[in-house]
Amino acid sequence: MEALISFSIGLLTACGVYLALRGRTYPVVLGLTLMSYGVNLFLFAMGRLLPGAAPIWREGQGSYADPLPQALVLTAIVISFGMTAFVVMLSLRARAELGNDHVDGTGEGQ
Amino acid sequence: MNHWTIVPLIVPLLAAILLSLLPSAWYGLRQWLSSLAALIGLVVAIELLSLVAGGEVLVYRLGNWPAPFGIVLVADRLAAAMVLLTALLGLLVLLFAVQGADRRGRYYHVLFQFQLFGLSGAFLTGDLFNLFVFFEVLLIASYGLLLHGGGGLRTRAGLHYVVINLVGSTLFLFAVGTLYGILGSLNMADLALRIASLSPDNLGVVKAAALLLFVVFALKAALAPLHLWLPEAYARTDPSVAALFAIMTKVGVYAILRVYTLIFGEQAGPLADLVEPWLLPLGLATIAFGAVGVLAGKSIGQIAAYLVVVSAGTLLTAIGIGGEQGLSAALYYLVHTTLATAALFLLSGYLLRARGEVGDRLETGPALERPNLVAGLFMLIAIAMAGLPPLSGFFGKVFILQAGVGHALMPWIVATILVASLLSIMGLARGGSIVFYRADEAQARQLSPGFALLWPPAMLMLCGIGVVVFAGPVYEFTQAIAGQLIAPQDYLQAVMGRATP
Repeated sequence: MEALISFSIGLLTACGVYLALRGRTYPVVLGLTLMSYGVNLFLFAMGRLLPGAAPIWREGQGSYADPLPQALVLTAIVISFGMTAFVVMLSLRARAELGNDHVDGTGEGQ
Repeated sequence: MNHWTIVPLIVPLLAAILLSLLPSAWYGLRQWLSSLAALIGLVVAIELLSLVAGGEVLVYRLGNWPAPFGIVLVADRLAAAMVLLTALLGLLVLLFAVQGADRRGRYYHVLFQFQLFGLSGAFLTGDLFNLFVFFEVLLIASYGLLLHGGGGLRTRAGLHYVVINLVGSTLFLFAVGTLYGILGSLNMADLALRIASLSPDNLGVVKAAALLLFVVFALKAALAPLHLWLPEAYARTDPSVAALFAIMTKVGVYAILRVYTLIFGEQAGPLADLVEPWLLPLGLATIAFGAVGVLAGKSIGQIAAYLVVVSAGTLLTAIGIGGEQGLSAALYYLVHTTLATAALFLLSGYLLRARGEVGDRLETGPALERPNLVAGLFMLIAIAMAGLPPLSGFFGKVFILQAGVGHALMPWIVATILVASLLSIMGLARGGSIVFYRADEAQARQLSPGFALLWPPAMLMLCGIGVVVFAGPVYEFTQAIAGQLIAPQDYLQAVMGRATP
């Protein structure tokens, strides 16, 4: 499971970095979103991967999942969700005001 | 538990919430409420600083959870001084903004107060993840403020600023996650204690996370080669916003100071002084890039933006020199440069209003209403920014050069800082002579932006002169701050109840 999770995080981040370096705003926004997915999974995995373990410890219970990364990842998801909404609106506004969707507003490569 | 620690957060937060509820037509009331909140914030910050000036470290445990489990706010000398600087800057910039700049968007005051909230929170928090959250608060407020007023070029600059900061936030989360995964804590004092007993197997991972954090903070502080976002963003935005942003790069500088003296300080063993070898050369490179930009600036706002880069480089150079002397010089310079930069941005805002179409660009424009007064103020600010005697910039640079005596890179430090000063003087003199000496008498003076607009930059300069007149006590205090940073035992004792692992 560790290998699968690390592969997914790596793939998400790599695709995110690639897309964030593109010249149009839409791929850039997608790239930022993918990167935030990658980092959310990463934060979650930092509490160690334990299948079938409850996050609340009780007397006589052997293993428990670390609840803190889950709280952290929740915060990170909310923030990245808000930021994605903002950057989508901003790129729409840039498209409207600059007349094209290139990040430099020059319209190169059209 | 002393409740003064959280008041600098509550005042702007409550003000922002109240302001967002007011109907859009009530401009006057908003301005009063916002200014009142900024004034209260200043009084609170002065009180907080007087509480911790003696060396006491105030810890505020949110929800009264014991230290590593709950989030703590920590006010030591450095945090309180930064909060005071923020409050002072916020109030003076607001006095400028209420004279017209805030009318171009409905939520200017709301965003402004949220910005102050995020800044104070970032300075006061004692928790690494909470630092991330406050970074996000101040960033999202800054996104809104940066775009205030609108316009194509401003939107483009804003888009770049937002995207690069989102990438920065992602890196921050990766670094924080790694540190938590290995060390099992996010409280900065707890991390400092735990890192001392780190097993050698995990050394590499923690080092990678620490350097990743450095990249994030360097991005905020505009350290070369991560400074390229800054000039465009600062020069294109509303001058009152740019003046407030004078403190934004200092948040990155503060985070570097805090994290690399506390968590990766002396007790960290093999991880101690992790970023020192990077800071000095990169700081010098930043100064060089910025100084060239000052020469090439096409408007007073652009020159000011490049001077922000120069000052960020100078600050990080001084921190890179290290030691109590270096940190103390850096902190003195930090106060000076924040005030002077903000004053220059506000003056460019005055020119923007007074010169109509030409704005603050370096072109011949209509004659100014009070040419001698405005030009005199510009000259004062320019002298301070370039580091000529007798104003604060000169003392700041002298302290930094003094701290550098005996350093292996001493010749480089002296050469870079002095040549950059010369280039800044040339850039500012060129800007000043084009804008103030050459006036197109044919163009009628239709614009009269009002005398009151000159007050905020003048008051910022007065504060700057105060830093010179009271250079002795101020420097003693920055030395006390540096002493507390270098020996963080009091901080650890206050937060964790013990100073050794």
